[in-house]
Amino acid sequence: MYRYDEFDQDFVNARVAEFSDQVDRRLAGEITEEQFRPLRLMNGVYLQLHAYMLRIAVPYGTLHPRQLRMLAHIARKYDKGYGHFTTRQNIQFNWPALSDVPAILADLASVEMHAIQTSGNCIRNVTADHFAGAAADEVADPRPYAEILRQWSSVHPEFSYLPRKFKIAVTGAERDRAAIKTHDIGLHLKKNAAGELGFAVYVGGGQGRTPMIAKKIRDFLPENELLSYCTAILRVYNLYGRRDNKYKARIKILVHETGADEFARQVEAEWEALKDTELKLPEADIRAIEAYFAPPKLVARPEGDETVRLARLDSRSFGEWLDQNVVTHRHPDYAAVTISLKGIGEAPGDASDSQMEAVADLAEKYGFDEIRVTHEQNLVLPHVARADLRAVYDALVEIDLATANAGLITDIIACPGLDYCALANARSIPVAQEISRRFASLERQREIGELKLKISGCINACGHHHVGHIGILGVEKKGAELYQVTLGGSGDENTSVGEIIGRGFGPEEITDAIETVVETYLRIRTDHSEKFLDAYRRVGAAPFKEALYGSEAKAA
Amino acid sequence: MKILTANRLTDGEAVWFSTGQVWAETIDNAELAHDKADEERLEAIGKAAFLNNEVLDVELIDVQLVDGVIRPNRLREQIRASGPTNRNDLGKQARPAVPQAA
Ligand code: SF4
Repeated sequence: MYRYDEFDQDFVNARVAEFSDQVDRRLAGEITEEQFRPLRLMNGVYLQLHAYMLRIAVPYGTLHPRQLRMLAHIARKYDKGYGHFTTRQNIQFNWPALSDVPAILADLASVEMHAIQTSGNCIRNVTADHFAGAAADEVADPRPYAEILRQWSSVHPEFSYLPRKFKIAVTGAERDRAAIKTHDIGLHLKKNAAGELGFAVYVGGGQGRTPMIAKKIRDFLPENELLSYCTAILRVYNLYGRRDNKYKARIKILVHETGADEFARQVEAEWEALKDTELKLPEADIRAIEAYFAPPKLVARPEGDETVRLARLDSRSFGEWLDQNVVTHRHPDYAAVTISLKGIGEAPGDASDSQMEAVADLAEKYGFDEIRVTHEQNLVLPHVARADLRAVYDALVEIDLATANAGLITDIIACPGLDYCALANARSIPVAQEISRRFASLERQREIGELKLKISGCINACGHHHVGHIGILGVEKKGAELYQVTLGGSGDENTSVGEIIGRGFGPEEITDAIETVVETYLRIRTDHSEKFLDAYRRVGAAPFKEALYGSEAKAA
Repeated sequence: MKILTANRLTDGEAVWFSTGQVWAETIDNAELAHDKADEERLEAIGKAAFLNNEVLDVELIDVQLVDGVIRPNRLREQIRASGPTNRNDLGKQARPAVPQAA
């Protein structure tokens, strides 16, 4: 994986020193909150309901065991023994004291991590397919390009004060596991007819108050023009993006108001002056970054098939976990393992210090020193020999992380919501927990099949509810929590925004409502092979409305 | 009825301005504002504490007395006073004698 060079390390160390000094001065009362707030946000420090929160970047979701171990150490020493993995492949700590933040950042810097640009109107952590480098269906690993973007966008002077925050995602496969069409820029790495690498470029996707699906503005951008073209997009945005209204400041509004064709024309015009300049990536530089992501040397382990066959006979729960949480690897003797952070009744995305350490151990012992954080708030061991799957499973059982629910209804995305977040209107975690308990039976979950349920505690949509097959949005109505249900959203290569199904439900009603939706689906699906999303797309909202609201729906 | 709340600068801990002129870590003894004049006085105290770099996110919040116990009207403030509703082992409710929000 990528290692900091001396410039990276010097820069991060200098930033730790600078911010430590700023914290000291703030605590001494030498600078005011107005002066300090933008500085702390630039370093990932927010204030929530109970305490400060520190958001740490996990670039393109890739972690080395030594880094995960450091996160465990921070959780134990400075926080309350756990961390929360987010939909931006980051991790958040919910209880750090401001006075401890400099020490935490110094610890992070020692393992090449930081919290820079995890807040503010700048280019945020670049995300990527969590199976990158392992997936059987990718044309190439997208992470070298994410790393190039990271280096380019880190404290980029021209793009440090954009109209609003800016998010980029990269995928290297047709099957989009990085939700690129919900990003400000989505990049789909592919090959042209001549076999050369390049990108289909999507712009103007986003969630929040005004969900939009990104528009394709270029079908093939040669890989070496990645930075020149992204610079052109950012320049057009920086120039014309609305700074007068926070709710209209994202690039999605600009693309929408300008029209995708005209926006593309403006970008191309800007790009004319930028391509073939020093922003063109030299071949040697691309290949040098790529070398950092060279796949591990996967030796043949043909005994895997037999080991797995026997283990399946020996343990039914192993078999269930294998079917649900283990996916094909480009090497036939290997597999990619999803470690579900969605134990039944647990807070989605939370992991304890000892769980983090145990996962780090597993990655060292069986996983070629690699861990991924997924935007679905799970962890992944991308390269595990099939022959070692049983050992990995047994170790995960020991630490309560062997829940076999990847992609099922209890694999819920939920933002922190009103239990932590200062912006929240309603709680998310307890709703997720109750739904998870209601659908605890794995047999029932498997009968239901693939179903992505996503919950946000306010319209900022950190829980991606707009693109949930079932989405739940918490709002506040007359001082009480109310949950709006959307159906038919999707965050993959066929991205769609869910539609609000009708009036919202109170905290005591929402789980029943979700069960009604699920039962309706089971009733109307053609057969077991028709997934929830496909059934919804076939029949539309009507039967669900009828089931949820009965005669009320007909009258409306 | 209103009380004055904020988060402490050094560690972000939720605090309430309480009898004895202190920012307490629990809500129980928060000073109650019964009228406009009380509110203005508390507001001035909050502003001064903010300018003095003791606290931030200062706010006057609505509360009721339930059996003589202060209870914030909004769930948000109940959660601040107790801790996350999904983890009773965290926040103030984890300390002796602070009830859970929901
Ligand atoms: S969606 Fe709203 S409540 Fe949830 S984490 Fe984001 S800002 Fe907070």
